[in-house]
Amino acid sequence: MSTPMSTPISVPVTTPTVIDDTTYAELREIAARYPQARSGLLPMLHLVQSVHGRVTPEGIEACAEVLGLSAAEVSGVATFYTMFKRKPVGDYLVGVCTNTLCAVMGGDAIFDRLKEHLDVGNDETAERRPQDAATVSLEHIECNAACDYAPVVMVNWEFMDNQTPESATQLVDDLRTGAGVRSTRGPRICSWRQAERVLAGFNDGQADEGPAGGAPTMHGLGIARDRGWTAPDPASVPAQPQEGDSK
Amino acid sequence: MTDTLTPVLTRNWDADRSWTLASYEAQGGYAGLKKALAPEFGGPDAVVSAVKDSGLRGRGGAGFPTGMKWGFIPQDNPKPKYLVVNADESEPGTCKDIPLMMASPHTLVEGVIISSFAIRANQAFIYIRGEVLHVIRRVQRAVQEAYLAGHLGKNIHGSGYDLDVVVHAGAGAYICGEETALLEGLEGRRGQPRLRPPFPAVAGLYASPTVINNVESIASVPSIIDNGAAWFSSMGTERSKGFGIFSLSGHVTNPGQYEAPLGITLRTLIDLAGGMRGGRQLKFWTPGGSSTPMLTAEHLDVPLDFEGVGAAGSMLGTRALQLFDETVCAVRATLRWTEFYKHESCGKCTPCREGTWWLVQTLARLEKGQGSEADLDLLLDQCDNILGRSFCALADGAVSPIQSSIQYFRDEFVEHFTSGGCPFDPAASTLFAPAGASAS
Repeated sequence: MSTPMSTPISVPVTTPTVIDDTTYAELREIAARYPQARSGLLPMLHLVQSVHGRVTPEGIEACAEVLGLSAAEVSGVATFYTMFKRKPVGDYLVGVCTNTLCAVMGGDAIFDRLKEHLDVGNDETAERRPQDAATVSLEHIECNAACDYAPVVMVNWEFMDNQTPESATQLVDDLRTGAGVRSTRGPRICSWRQAERVLAGFNDGQADEGPAGGAPTMHGLGIARDRGWTAPDPASVPAQPQEGDSK
Repeated sequence: MTDTLTPVLTRNWDADRSWTLASYEAQGGYAGLKKALAPEFGGPDAVVSAVKDSGLRGRGGAGFPTGMKWGFIPQDNPKPKYLVVNADESEPGTCKDIPLMMASPHTLVEGVIISSFAIRANQAFIYIRGEVLHVIRRVQRAVQEAYLAGHLGKNIHGSGYDLDVVVHAGAGAYICGEETALLEGLEGRRGQPRLRPPFPAVAGLYASPTVINNVESIASVPSIIDNGAAWFSSMGTERSKGFGIFSLSGHVTNPGQYEAPLGITLRTLIDLAGGMRGGRQLKFWTPGGSSTPMLTAEHLDVPLDFEGVGAAGSMLGTRALQLFDETVCAVRATLRWTEFYKHESCGKCTPCREGTWWLVQTLARLEKGQGSEADLDLLLDQCDNILGRSFCALADGAVSPIQSSIQYFRDEFVEHFTSGGCPFDPAASTLFAPAGASAS
């Protein structure tokens, strides 16, 4: 599951706290996608996170300026949504699903093991060790719509399906040491900031990576293929709907 | 006699690079769009009629007839009309729209174009929850490919019809799956539901006429236009027409996506999925996510359509079939769902904001074995004070697992305080349960 790769991870630099002209231009570009500019606020805050590694006061001011809102109005929105972070996030945000189904299938055990292994609590970033190329933050998350792959772990919002406590500890170790990790249903996992940039609407050209789906996605279709089951042939259906069909 | 499984939406998922435009078109994709735009089809009203005649009901949980919803758009309103796709799939257990958009985003995009044409919208939005990065990439790319192919933009295929589509990423809020909260999010505000009326059909996005439909509803439209309303309504049951994706998860041998006519039973689905894991017994299950009251092994033969599940005391919801075997503590499961609703309550309505908090307090005490039988009555009384007293259905969903688990597993709640704690071993329920782990 975690495939070692040679691509280096960029070394984090001190976070600049100003919003530069390029980012201002991109914030305006996002706002211009919509009939009313304020609709761009969520993707704009994603862009702020991609630049600053969190929602900074400067980022809030910039969004407010572009949209003609007060900083308080923007703050009020930013604090509502769980993906917007007010403290710095590591290079990799590891989210363990602990909603009922994943929890029961092993998510609770995985989350407990990772807290112990990384020596962190929920919503905290593990200390960077001398040998680490990257930092990891841990949180528990709610249902991420991959229940057929339970227990599910997300890394920077990419799927890591069917985890165990052992696979999850290996996963975070690989992330920290920069071994490079590929999503079980997607590309090599990019940094959290790069992910936030995609969420702001700037596609990174990785759409063709990974499969159409894993085995559970395809299971029903596979059975239908094996047994020759299909939807009815349209030519064999009477042209008019039956009486009472139209509701 | 219709086959047991009927792949329509899932039919092309095993094609090579199924998410690309080339693959989708090689499988017959965008044929429905060409038909809908052709003058001989009869224009937007004919598309609305076809969807009405098909009997398609909303696939996001509520089951409202899709064509009727479209018909509510006041066409004499001078404001722009909007189509908004609800791709904020977050209901616990629900995992059908995400794999659909991952494997075949063009099915959704084609549906968006036909549906927007039908309601005379020139601007559509696909609101995808933010926590599914690769799915967002694929939908972004599919929209881009559709523009390049002339399926989107100005004067689509010479029809004179213009449409622009924006893919919008959410930012983490279950409540934004509620349609008016979603509109708030899409307007750049806190995702808190609006009081209705007015309904979005009259005053939705930017106070303009707006249709909001679930991904699977919209994705079903191209097949209806291509194959005919009668074809669609030849599947399913009398009042629940067509096919749907049934998502099996939990203690079943082969969890996954099974596309079948509405009305299939859980017994058949579990059989197709290779039975319950390890030969264990089904204890309880949700028919359509955690907000639909749980059912038990007594309900294996309930037809999974809107009427059948309703008659059994629950709701079809999103066909999110979460299956739990006898190793699982019903109290633990209920507490965890309740903690979810407490976390996700947007805070607008007092009964929900305060009520879900109190439910967690009471349940957590029971789960630890510190409660008493009076706490069960207290819980049910709290539920009565929450149900139906808020703007949206989140609070109603929150009481479903509690009321239904007490209905079916009251003895298990009692056992927690008579034995001073949970009698179950959580390790026994895990995917990686050690050999010999048992239920108690």
